Amino acid sequence: MNDKTDAARLDAFRTDVLREICNIGAGNAATALSKLMNRRVDMRILRVLPLPFNDIVEYAGGAENIVAAVFARFEGSLSGNVLFAADEQEARHLILALTGTEQEGFSPLACSVIQEIGNILIGSYLTALSDFLGMELRPTVPSLAVDMAGAILSFSLMEIGRTSDTAIMIDACLGTEDAPPGEERTSRIFLLPDPESFETIFIALGVGDHGKD
Amino acid sequence: MAKIKVGIAELAVARFPDSVTTLGLGSCVGVAIYDETKRIAGLVHIMLPAMDLAKGTEFNRAKFADSGIPQLLEMMLRAGALGRRLTAKIAGGAQMFTFSDKTDSVRIGSRNVEACRRTLQNLRIPLLAEDTGGSFGRTVEIFSETGLYEIRAVGKDRKII
Repeated sequence: MNDKTDAARLDAFRTDVLREICNIGAGNAATALSKLMNRRVDMRILRVLPLPFNDIVEYAGGAENIVAAVFARFEGSLSGNVLFAADEQEARHLILALTGTEQEGFSPLACSVIQEIGNILIGSYLTALSDFLGMELRPTVPSLAVDMAGAILSFSLMEIGRTSDTAIMIDACLGTEDAPPGEERTSRIFLLPDPESFETIFIALGVGDHGKD
Repeated sequence: MAKIKVGIAELAVARFPDSVTTLGLGSCVGVAIYDETKRIAGLVHIMLPAMDLAKGTEFNRAKFADSGIPQLLEMMLRAGALGRRLTAKIAGGAQMFTFSDKTDSVRIGSRNVEACRRTLQNLRIPLLAEDTGGSFGRTVEIFSETGLYEIRAVGKDRKII
């Protein structure tokens, strides 16, 4: 079964390899956000999560959790989906930091700010991955939706769904340093490579499993 | 009354007085099948239109319209429903994001809806009502007592079909 193979292929060593390359991508995204916000933004936590689809939805706060999400698909040597998602509190924090105004809910201004942040984060994340791996990645123009996390994630998991009921999601949390304790908010980028792309990455880095099975 | 929850690419059958729900349908389609006399309701959360999209030979049947709806039908029949009494309602199939290039993956919502309609037709299950399309997510619930199908969406009134 594909699910089992995917999970088996992702041993501790390869998980570390993925974490390292995504650290480079997310670190670059943090730097870009930092410039935009004119304050220090760090890559806080990076998790490599092989999870069944429904657990991914739970992980993102449950199917009915309302989020603003910027989505892009990338094709090329590697393919997959990337999402920048913010819930209402996170969005309010980002907009306050960027524009100095308090916004309730997802106003048109809030949406355009989120879209802009999403474009920058996704662009810088993928550019760093592409440069480091020496592979061409062609992203679509990022698109915004404000809706239930389940509706947004299930669309993002569709391509992976052709192969498996489990996805390997790489969750990068970016955070600002100077928020008051307890009020710090994080921005999250979810990277969902297509199943075939993992082997491409591992081969490129010399840790492919040809002849291993 | 219990509320049975089905996730992405899952299915379940409920008897009176229980209901079946699935949360946050986007481009996916929630296909509800109902036997009014026996008051048996089933729901499958369809993710993709056709099983020939599956890569590999082993796959979860509930994920695809042309395998998931027949699987739900089998479960309904095993639960005691009568084939020629069954009716269906569907919801979902939205386009969550807009892209400049109209690739197939962008149209997946409407392709899912078309595939569900076609499969129901092939199985001779009348499609009584649907709430499909648009660009918003839906949470749905089918009630075994009445066969009513409730649809909730963010910032919209509750809809019952």
